[in-house]
Amino acid sequence: MLRFLFGRLWQSLVLLVIVSVIGFAVLNLAPGGPLSQFALTPGMTQAQLARIAHQMGLDRPLPVQYWEWFTRLLQGDWGRSYRDNQPVLSVIWSHLMATLLLMGTSTLISVLIGTWVGVLGALRRYSIFDYAATVGAMVALSIPTFWFGLIAIYLFSLRLGWLPAGNMYTIGDGSVLDYAVHLIMPSLVLALVNVAVWSRYMRTAVLDVMNQDFVRTARAKGLTRWAVLTRHILRNALVPMITLLGLQLPTILGGALVTETVFTWPGMGRLFLDSLGYSDYPVVMGLLMLSAILVLVGNLMADIAVAVIDPRIRLG
Amino acid sequence: MTDMAFKADPAPTQRWWQRRAVRRFLRHRLALFGLAIIVLLVLACVVGPYLLPFDDLYIDLRARFAPPLTGSHIFGTDPLGRDLAARLFMAGRISLLVGFAAMLISTVFGSLIGILAGYYGGKVGAVLMRFVDAMLSFPSIFLLLALAAFIKPSPIMITVIIAATSWMEITRIVEAEIKSLRERDFIMAARTLGLSNGQIMFRELLPNAMGPIIVAATLTVARAILLEAYVSFLGYGIQPPLPSWGNMLNGAQQYLDSAPWLAIVPGVAITLAVTGFNFVGDGLRDALDARSDIA
Repeated sequence: MLRFLFGRLWQSLVLLVIVSVIGFAVLNLAPGGPLSQFALTPGMTQAQLARIAHQMGLDRPLPVQYWEWFTRLLQGDWGRSYRDNQPVLSVIWSHLMATLLLMGTSTLISVLIGTWVGVLGALRRYSIFDYAATVGAMVALSIPTFWFGLIAIYLFSLRLGWLPAGNMYTIGDGSVLDYAVHLIMPSLVLALVNVAVWSRYMRTAVLDVMNQDFVRTARAKGLTRWAVLTRHILRNALVPMITLLGLQLPTILGGALVTETVFTWPGMGRLFLDSLGYSDYPVVMGLLMLSAILVLVGNLMADIAVAVIDPRIRLG
Repeated sequence: MTDMAFKADPAPTQRWWQRRAVRRFLRHRLALFGLAIIVLLVLACVVGPYLLPFDDLYIDLRARFAPPLTGSHIFGTDPLGRDLAARLFMAGRISLLVGFAAMLISTVFGSLIGILAGYYGGKVGAVLMRFVDAMLSFPSIFLLLALAAFIKPSPIMITVIIAATSWMEITRIVEAEIKSLRERDFIMAARTLGLSNGQIMFRELLPNAMGPIIVAATLTVARAILLEAYVSFLGYGIQPPLPSWGNMLNGAQQYLDSAPWLAIVPGVAITLAVTGFNFVGDGLRDALDARSDIA
């Protein structure tokens, strides 16, 4: 177990270094850059621009810039935002919780709904329900998340007036109930796609398990259908789903970012867009790194969870 | 002895529509439905602009915000009084073209990397696949936006950027497929015959991996259309006055209350197109994958 953990951690670190090189290259090889912000100022001369570039260290060769950024990163210094000179980590930290809240709620909803849609689909295979769920999942996968958000806002905020159209809380309120009301629409919109994915895989997983001998044994020894389902089928079918959850993490995170832009949710997605608008490279780079870290940690946790739940799987 | 030369029975002549894969595809009702949607959308976008009495760029300030079905504006007009139907069809040309082109680029590139990684394996394969893993470990939407925000957006650049962030899935699929094909007897035979690596990869392995590639390519079109829509929606993609389904939605949130059709019409078009490609992809998977049973 320990050897496995160290191996995976090592692999993840190597992957993070590759990710950082890709991110750095993408940002710095593209034309424009932070200087273009200053170039917009009226009366800016070429000499002044060159001086700013020198002060910001932008006139040095890229590998040198990368190396300095990287060594600082290792010491826990993620740089400072070009926009307001705040440390990148604290800027991101204040937005991280909002994104995690949205992702967490939405994932919980989609796992709960998706599991039951998948199980029912598998138990009543080729029924009208199963067919409707299949078609519904494919349509749900095809609706642009941001557009679905717009339509939801139109219906439930503008026409019916049931739910707030955006933001995470009402200024001056901020009670748990207030947060919950603001969470409903974005988390459900984000859950739509994930319910579709989850229910499809769940259906396959249950069908796989259902035809195995131990299920027949469980039935033969007279267990109720419910007991067979929860204690034997579900327990085994859910194991591969944990890995799926890990693999789906980038998609869920990406979806959360998309949802945030429509619902003006103050999370990492909005921060990313704002930072792009200001060419705030240190924050953009920090967000790219953090999302990669989140994804790698999520995958690692999924692997460990599978090993803990299913003793047949030996990590090594 | 020569008289007794071994003669194989000639394979029964088959028309292309009698082949098993085609028959399976035609039995797949959803796939046919998807195909019909795509054909209709493409037809509408190609022919539509010639049938409408309006130009997609013609500004008529007296007819601003006309709701659908006012006069001959079937889908209404936008904040500048431009006909929404005319813009929708012209935008469809751009969005569908970007989707197809991005699919072509990412499929060719993704398959190439996948074949190389799968065939050579070892160090080459490990390096290539770790690169794929790294690309997959940030949400592609981040990478896409970062690229789009700093590069001068033209339809061609947007296409290339979308392709650059969606080839990895295809690589993974192809690599896995090639790895298992590589061990089969016919590759051993090809090697014994002295075929070069290039010949084995592209004449022997590639044709046998075509099924999964076609399926993945179809789904990539759907994905590319969605990505274009999102990037253009945020203002980093296709730039007005050139319309695309995504940038038509760009201003729509502002007028959601007073002119909801501005949001509904392009969104429905995107959903239809993406649904169509997803259905066809699903049908192709059932048709081309001999293991799967048709539902």
